[in-house]
Amino acid sequence: MDIHMPQLGESVTEGTLGKWLVKPGETVKKYQPIAEVITDKVNAEIPAPADGVVSELAIAEGTTVKVGTLIAVMNGGAEAPAPAPSPASAAAKPAALASAAAATLVKPPAAAEAAGRFSPAVLKLSAEHGIDLTGLTGSGLGGRITRKDVEAYIASGAAAKPTEAAAAPAAPVAAPVPQPLAADQVIPVDAVRRRIAEKMRQSKHEAPHAWTMVQVDVTGLVKLREQMGEEFKRREGVSLSYVPFFIKAVVESLKEFPIINSQWAGDSIIMKKEINISVAVATETALAVPVIKNADRLSIAGLNHAVAELAAKARAGKLTLDDISGGTFTVNNTGYFGSFISAPIINHPQAAILSFEAITKTPVVLDNDAIAIRSMMNMCMSLDHRILDGLVCGRFLAAVKNRLQGSFSLY
Amino acid sequence: MAVLNFVEAVRETLRQEMRRDREVWVVGEDVGRKGGVFGATLGLFDEFGGARVQDSPLTESAIVGVGIGAALYGTKPVCEIQFADFIFPAFNQIISEAAKMRYRSNSAWTVPMVIRAPFGGGVHGGLYHSQSVEQYFTNTAGLKVVVPSTPYDVKGLLAAAVRDPDPVLFFEHKGLYRAIKGEVPEEDYVIPIGKADVKRDGSDITVITYGKTVHFCLEAAAQLEKEGYSALVLDLRTLLPLDREAIVAAARKTGKVLIVHEAGKTHGIGSEVSAIIAEECLFDLDAPVQRLCGPDVPAMPYAGPMEKFFMLSPEKCLEAMRGLAKF
Repeated sequence: MDIHMPQLGESVTEGTLGKWLVKPGETVKKYQPIAEVITDKVNAEIPAPADGVVSELAIAEGTTVKVGTLIAVMNGGAEAPAPAPSPASAAAKPAALASAAAATLVKPPAAAEAAGRFSPAVLKLSAEHGIDLTGLTGSGLGGRITRKDVEAYIASGAAAKPTEAAAAPAAPVAAPVPQPLAADQVIPVDAVRRRIAEKMRQSKHEAPHAWTMVQVDVTGLVKLREQMGEEFKRREGVSLSYVPFFIKAVVESLKEFPIINSQWAGDSIIMKKEINISVAVATETALAVPVIKNADRLSIAGLNHAVAELAAKARAGKLTLDDISGGTFTVNNTGYFGSFISAPIINHPQAAILSFEAITKTPVVLDNDAIAIRSMMNMCMSLDHRILDGLVCGRFLAAVKNRLQGSFSLY
Repeated sequence: MAVLNFVEAVRETLRQEMRRDREVWVVGEDVGRKGGVFGATLGLFDEFGGARVQDSPLTESAIVGVGIGAALYGTKPVCEIQFADFIFPAFNQIISEAAKMRYRSNSAWTVPMVIRAPFGGGVHGGLYHSQSVEQYFTNTAGLKVVVPSTPYDVKGLLAAAVRDPDPVLFFEHKGLYRAIKGEVPEEDYVIPIGKADVKRDGSDITVITYGKTVHFCLEAAAQLEKEGYSALVLDLRTLLPLDREAIVAAARKTGKVLIVHEAGKTHGIGSEVSAIIAEECLFDLDAPVQRLCGPDVPAMPYAGPMEKFFMLSPEKCLEAMRGLAKF
């Protein structure tokens, strides 16, 4: 059993062994004085903590030692802790108390939580250096990636990205972005262009595009327009365009084949009740696709007005969100630019898009094997092959073709 | 260079200041013939006489109130409150008069006064000889609050406090009085009030503390080093005004901060330090700011085991520091 220099006063830190009252080998009883200790505040006697035999006197008379220093060793008796508090024996209790105190501090995150949680320092460093945090192992509690982990990763040179402030933009997630040369002109991407880019990308990414084409003999339509154009303009105030005829043929055919007027919804296909025709309109700066709602309720004249109004709004930049949303099928007058064939991109989330190419006078072989010059036009259809197959599209196109090759009533 | 303990450093600095400036004088309970219950003014009565080392009646409001009056009159009083626990009768004089005098008179009247008091527990002092009182004063602009942790800091800061043209509260942890010794240069030197001190540099965690817990944290840091983590220990030294720059730099260095103080946690000094770190260092933090403080109980207990439970210790600091280092 160890005997230590006790703390004899409130701010006493040392004690001097004044006089030993026992000798090694001497038997002592519990509480028997074994030494006189002198401090600057008080003199006192140290009692034996238990019955036993003094085996060793560790310091000499007159020596000054710090409170808690070993001064004597005894054998025998129970291993009772020294009555006077001393740092060594009290170590066990504070450890337990320390756990209690420290336990009130912030709990470490559970492993599942820690996986997705990054401290502000970690996020800042990884953004500055273009580091993909999923590639790092964390040394923190619960596998947490710590600031030191990221700093070490950077220091190891694994992150190649430099940190100059005035350099290229922050690390790209996808393929490297082309850099302009000095002579190149850099056009910043505005919101409209960005939206178009995103919609096109999304459409091609999500819908597997298939494509088919038919030829239409629109000689009758051309004649009709030539005959009625002037009077129509006089009565209606707008020119008679081909587009309303195209739309009319399309909406009647969509009623025949409603599956074409639908949307892919993952685990279902939604067949839309309303037939809202999106009409692609090219403006100087961008492409707009305003929508004619319930196009099946309008006459050719009505459709003509609707297209003209929406086109004017588009060119003036006055289309509203309502004007461009809700479309169920898109019609594209690519013939306006002289296009002969095109492969349009579906207007997501619709099922298909139909482009009407340039009308050209073409020698064709008629049913009776005679050759005639007819006004011919290609119709190109891109379809979402998740929803639609060649058969139904072929039938749909045949229906549109028949209508365009038939007769029309303007009103 | 002499090796002095904490209370000797107080005494020698008072002696130096009283020799340097005839206007400096001392007032308090038992400071004169007795030399103070801790010996902080021992020998000053003999050297400077009873006019400059005055025994007051048992009235803290008068100790400070008379001090304010004497300061307005042009002298430089160093008022001793025998135990910080007794400062409350003087609270009105400190807050309503001393702190506001310069502001209220547009600097026509000022109070170049020091109020010094022993604070802190772990000495079996019970309810009224163990309290930490610094947080009651740190919300009052017009005051300065200083808490040194080493004999070297005592001399430099007490000299600065005596020479300061405005009221300074100077709190000395009584548990350090005779327990801590250090080298104190004989020449005159001043440590600016409002400057913290990095007592130990480190790179894994930052510990911000003051008073007796500085020594606990240094001891814990030495042990933590053996376990492979290096702790930066920042001694605030001045609590009002806080050294914002030093706090931010220390927090930024490691991103992991532990604030330690003996006084209770709720609304303690740690709250203000945490707020400063949150305001300025959010994107450098790698862990939530943590506080290891005294419990929120009405008083320090008298019973030994209860007092041990209340008081912080090197072991408690080590456990908290280790947890933070591993986070």
